[in-house]
Amino acid sequence: MNKAQASESAAGFHARVGDETHRFDDLKTLMACASPRRSGDELAGLAASSEARRVAARYALADLPLKRFLEEPLVPYETDEVTRLIQDSHDATAFAPVASMTVGEFREWLLSWEADTTTLARLAPGLTPEMVAAVSKLCRNGDLIQIAAKTRVVTGFRSTIGLEGRLSARLQPNHPTDDPLAIAAATLDGLLFGMGDAVIGINPATDNVEACIRLFVMLDDLRQRFDIPTQSCVLSHVTTSIEAIERGAPLDLVFQSIAGTEAANQGFGVTLALLKEAQEAALSLKRGTVGQNVMYFETGQGAALSADAHHGVDQQTVEARAYAVARAFDPLLVNTVVGFIGPEYLYDAKEITRAGLEDHFCAKLLGVPMGCDVCYTNHAEADQDDMDNLALLLGAAGVTFMIGVPGADDIMLNYQSLSHHDIVRVRHLLGRRPAPEFEDWLVKMSLMDAAGRLPPLAPEAAPVARLLQGGTL
Amino acid sequence: MSTPTDPFERLRRLTRARVALGRAGDGLPTEALLAFQMAHAKARDAVHGRVNFDAVASALAPLESLGVKSGAVDRATYLRRPDLGRSLSPATETLPEGPFDLVIVVADGLSSVAVEHFAAEVVTRLKSLLPDLALGPIVLAEQGRVAIGDEIGARMGAGLVLVLIGERPGLSSADSLGAYLTFAPKPGTRDSARNCVSNIHAHGLSPAAAADKLTWLIREALRLKLTGVGLKEAAPGEMLAAEQGRPMLDHG
Repeated sequence: MNKAQASESAAGFHARVGDETHRFDDLKTLMACASPRRSGDELAGLAASSEARRVAARYALADLPLKRFLEEPLVPYETDEVTRLIQDSHDATAFAPVASMTVGEFREWLLSWEADTTTLARLAPGLTPEMVAAVSKLCRNGDLIQIAAKTRVVTGFRSTIGLEGRLSARLQPNHPTDDPLAIAAATLDGLLFGMGDAVIGINPATDNVEACIRLFVMLDDLRQRFDIPTQSCVLSHVTTSIEAIERGAPLDLVFQSIAGTEAANQGFGVTLALLKEAQEAALSLKRGTVGQNVMYFETGQGAALSADAHHGVDQQTVEARAYAVARAFDPLLVNTVVGFIGPEYLYDAKEITRAGLEDHFCAKLLGVPMGCDVCYTNHAEADQDDMDNLALLLGAAGVTFMIGVPGADDIMLNYQSLSHHDIVRVRHLLGRRPAPEFEDWLVKMSLMDAAGRLPPLAPEAAPVARLLQGGTL
Repeated sequence: MSTPTDPFERLRRLTRARVALGRAGDGLPTEALLAFQMAHAKARDAVHGRVNFDAVASALAPLESLGVKSGAVDRATYLRRPDLGRSLSPATETLPEGPFDLVIVVADGLSSVAVEHFAAEVVTRLKSLLPDLALGPIVLAEQGRVAIGDEIGARMGAGLVLVLIGERPGLSSADSLGAYLTFAPKPGTRDSARNCVSNIHAHGLSPAAAADKLTWLIREALRLKLTGVGLKEAAPGEMLAAEQGRPMLDHG
């Protein structure tokens, strides 16, 4: 057996395996080399140069004290407001139970039966993105699933998201020209599948404020006409949402894409102060009924590198830092757009699957209500079989929500996600139900049967008539 | 058109999204399953197909053309290493030095069929719409991304470079061509300094309409001596494609 010895000196970290010694100059090099292989780290020139070096880095990482990440930020405190947020908001009391552990010990503790749902919830404010990213690099996919399944992050607006035994869905009725009738048709189609309890969320084709307000009004009318206990969102830039609020638009949730460094967020045109301003504007509307979580964020591995704003930090760690940004604004929903950003960051289904599980795991440990857009583009080495796999794995991991698109084909963003069918299947196979308020509505509309299942509906079925003929379509 | 009585048929008429597909238990009906697989197969074939650049060169004749390669040696490298697709292969021989008003680059990008179907027609129409311009030989770039036009344009002394390139295929159109115009091209040019005309395909913008739009952009770019945001602001309303939703994609 090849027992390895890890050590640290002024020259960096060392791992001796047999008669070979691997040296890692600094903490971010060690983190990058310990990451499972992915194209983005190779593109950035950060990946381990051999498989053996990758595992050697994991040996050295396993021996690293967790608290080291508090002492040595990977992105400088002085020049990065995300680092300042992470460091300044760290809760030392919450951290205390694991403060003396190494990363390897932390992995075993997370897997232990002692680390239950309550314990993990108490711990979350004591963890930093770098700590959870580090431990994820020592975890196999099964570990990521089983540990994440123990966490619980509950949020609310008009529906309660994240309760045990629940799986919510964002209904995504995009259209390339924002045609309101086409969007309404896709929305009603999704409602028939029991989609939309997380949010009915449109990616608009234009970021123009008038066009967005038309969509806000259309969605809100639809929601009120059928008295649906859910929330809507138009995924425009945060400044557009602020302007829409000022103009009196019926806005439920403010959306924004975010990333894990100040510079990458600048690439998205946002700062922490701007996000705070948006959150306060949305809160001032007091539109939530069961809760006041008014923010919705999307993230994704590769966002920081594509903005050349990763500071030499590996793609998965810098992604986890985005969850610290998210958590500061008490979001209702966060999702990784895992396969969307392209094969130069996640090349194939193996990398996409791994990243989806990592993102979910890291966010949940940090206390973020994580969902996933289980998806791929046509230039990635992946297909719908791979999406079936990832959806079921994330379902087992207790993912907060998934995104459903008609027939898995988003005709606006030109990529493939899950079909509503796929989410219904995961709910039925794993016994997961929609948000309770939404579930009551589904029962009231006869869209859900007595066994809590969503049956196929014939064109002449009563609930179809109620939804499709009761409205203007 | 009469209103169908089947409510699902009414949904289908309102959008080309895959609505009202029906269900086989929780799964897709077989027809919908296979229709999706065929659309995806065509998209994959478009991404991995090789452009027959000899045929493109023949279609362009009597316009002169020449072939170059990017630094990405094959498709797998191209997909993993966008930086290599943006630069010329080190083995590239000397390119004709202008000065030219306009150099047109035809690059395979992410859809071989888009290039084979529409590139030559757009170029031929541009040539006849812009008879007064000094047009360089058409450069046919294998495994090229948009920014490869910057190096080519700089080396050929181009006032403007226009890159016609296969766009990333969606399921509804695997053969969509995009056109990117850059004033005073040089390596390192930012994407915000370009103008784009996209969605050139049979059910989108026709090659003739695309050539008209590009002609306007080319004349304005030469007059104003710029491309990018400044030119976009000067464009009449519908002239340019809208910005799209998720700001994370790197088309370059």
